[in-house]
Amino acid sequence: MEIRKDTPIDIEKDKDGILLDDVNRELYDFKDEEKDEDFYKVDEGLTPDIIREISEEKNDPEWMREFRLKSLEIYNNIEVPDWGPPIDGLDMDRIVTYVRHKSDMKSDWNEVPEDIKNAFEKLGIPQAEREALAGVGAQYDSELVYHNVREDVKADGVIYTDMESALTGEYADMVKEHFMKLVPPTDHKFAALHGAVWSGGSFVYVPKGVKVDIPLQSYFRLNARGAGQFEHTLIIVDEEADLHFIEGCSAPKYNVANLHAGCVELYVARNAHLRYSTIENWSKNMYNLNTKRALVEEGGTIEWISGSFGSHESYLYPTSVLKGDDSHAEFTGVTFAGKGQNLDTGAKMIHIGRRTSSFIDTKSICKSGGISTYRSSVVIGKNAEGAKASVNCGSLMLDSISRSDTVPAIEMRTDKADVGHEAKIGRISDEAVFYLMSRGITEAEARAMIVSGFASPVSKELPLEYAAEMNNLIKLEMEGG
Amino acid sequence: MSDVLLSIKNLSASVDNEMILKDINLNIRPGETHVLLGPNGAGKSTLGNVLMGNPVYKVESGSITFEGEEIVNESADKRANRGMFLSFQNPLEVPGLSLESFIRNAIRQKTGKAVRILKFKKELEEKMGLLNMDPSYADRDLNVGFSGGEKKKAEILQLLMLNPKFAILDETDSGLDVDAVKNVSKGIEEYQKSEDGALLIITHSTKILESLKVDYTHVLVKGQIVKTGDASLVKEINENGFEAYL
Repeated sequence: MEIRKDTPIDIEKDKDGILLDDVNRELYDFKDEEKDEDFYKVDEGLTPDIIREISEEKNDPEWMREFRLKSLEIYNNIEVPDWGPPIDGLDMDRIVTYVRHKSDMKSDWNEVPEDIKNAFEKLGIPQAEREALAGVGAQYDSELVYHNVREDVKADGVIYTDMESALTGEYADMVKEHFMKLVPPTDHKFAALHGAVWSGGSFVYVPKGVKVDIPLQSYFRLNARGAGQFEHTLIIVDEEADLHFIEGCSAPKYNVANLHAGCVELYVARNAHLRYSTIENWSKNMYNLNTKRALVEEGGTIEWISGSFGSHESYLYPTSVLKGDDSHAEFTGVTFAGKGQNLDTGAKMIHIGRRTSSFIDTKSICKSGGISTYRSSVVIGKNAEGAKASVNCGSLMLDSISRSDTVPAIEMRTDKADVGHEAKIGRISDEAVFYLMSRGITEAEARAMIVSGFASPVSKELPLEYAAEMNNLIKLEMEGG
Repeated sequence: MSDVLLSIKNLSASVDNEMILKDINLNIRPGETHVLLGPNGAGKSTLGNVLMGNPVYKVESGSITFEGEEIVNESADKRANRGMFLSFQNPLEVPGLSLESFIRNAIRQKTGKAVRILKFKKELEEKMGLLNMDPSYADRDLNVGFSGGEKKKAEILQLLMLNPKFAILDETDSGLDVDAVKNVSKGIEEYQKSEDGALLIITHSTKILESLKVDYTHVLVKGQIVKTGDASLVKEINENGFEAYL
């Protein structure tokens, strides 16, 4: 085993302290005018009665209602985590857990109500679908409002549906067998909360040997004031199958703290391949407490591509459980923490099978007093002989009042494994800015180019329109207005 | 002298409160090639950086005009868009930004127009061929993992693509092997041949000058120009060194 640690790269003095103004997020922070009578809402706060009400409203099968009530019990008995960013700003009694627009799910975009349609049109959905996607699901507040899958993908037997339909649909047994087995409600307080109040999200099943050659996409939008979003994503990629799934998330800005506690469970069967890409762009009052986990069988591969923008505080550590021999996981992520943001992100790799391999490559950027913490954990189990793991995390601080921390943990229970770790923390180099400027590029543009370049390991893994959106987000964060 | 391109008058500049340049005067006309020689630490690179507007250096007094307009307080990007260029002694590495998209961005900034991709690519390929540069470098991250020679070729490639009115070449030949110097010189010759491209070549060796037309030679010692001559001064320094001027 070897552990490498490199010295920090050129840390240069920043003459002006803060160089960049705060972001103009208007593009994303638009709020739609809502009429209260169009919506169904449960009372604020959380009681068994509210859970029953949600369950009834959603026509849950019996087992799901019990599951929700059990989760609520667990929720009431677990403490709030105390090791990450403070979350005392979150008053659970005031978060409306379930908000749903009074309209049924549509598969024809023209039938989606105007206000919701406007919100998604502004975000580029479903233009994206028209351009290059195999299927789109759009979730507004708690429920999926739009869903469409291309005919040829359907014909291959690929199932892409909302979670609620999946509970009673053709694959009901499969859903029951997998739902919150990878992320049990006992995992942590917000997993329990999720189990109790989850709503919406996607179910995807790719049958054996089917290779979906264009990405499936899902988009979430949280609009109601003080509402929580608890969507559940369950993806099962069967043996030898292949899928790229993209999730985009967005929320407008409100004064009341909003909560997002979604759950993503990914099952990658033998020799299957799943790429799961997300660009999360939450408004800056969001508490993003999201749990994502993948289980990978023999010879399977999971690839995570993750961009974390926005939110007030985030806890996000997608986990790959490499159960099968020769299974493989890659995590590529970028996090941008600006003013008033405390983003605690990273990844976990759990090596169980032999010759399993994992690779973590993360970039974090902070400015205007933002705090960005990289937190990771690599566990090599006692039977994981021949395992290989590599962790590479880089941080870029854009001024002297921002903060970047690195908390990488490595736990090895066998010595027949190879683990490498490299961490670099640096400042944006004034000389590099001058270099780009000497070619006629403005200072603001030069800085944005350097930051985009720093984040390019993520953007170059994304489909073109998403890479463009990410670079646009970086530019917005850099430019201010 | 209305045809003066760059005019430096009584220029003094410092870094960290230490005076580096003292009362520099220099006029450069379109198409002229000036060579700036001098021992290590004389302030040669400082002059190049001050002319280009590196904020690390502070101009204490004097003026710099370009095409008759005062630029001493202008930022580097504005100077570049007027038609000035600096080939860096130590070009910086920018991960995630390809050489090609860097040049394309710079051209777009300069012209204010979208770049016509096919025409651009063809020209880039041509110039890379001239410099004997492997075409794969276009897609590589700017200067990242480039050898010293490739970094300098990439600088000259930018010079040829941006085609400025005036270019400062800061130690472009230092640390290069014979072949690299030959390729880089070829690029500089090409620039000289272009419409009225003016040059200030900063060097402490004279290898690179062998194949180039030189109009004026200046010797800089301790921040001051102590001697100005024609191309023959290069030969003299080459034979006798700077001893006589120290």
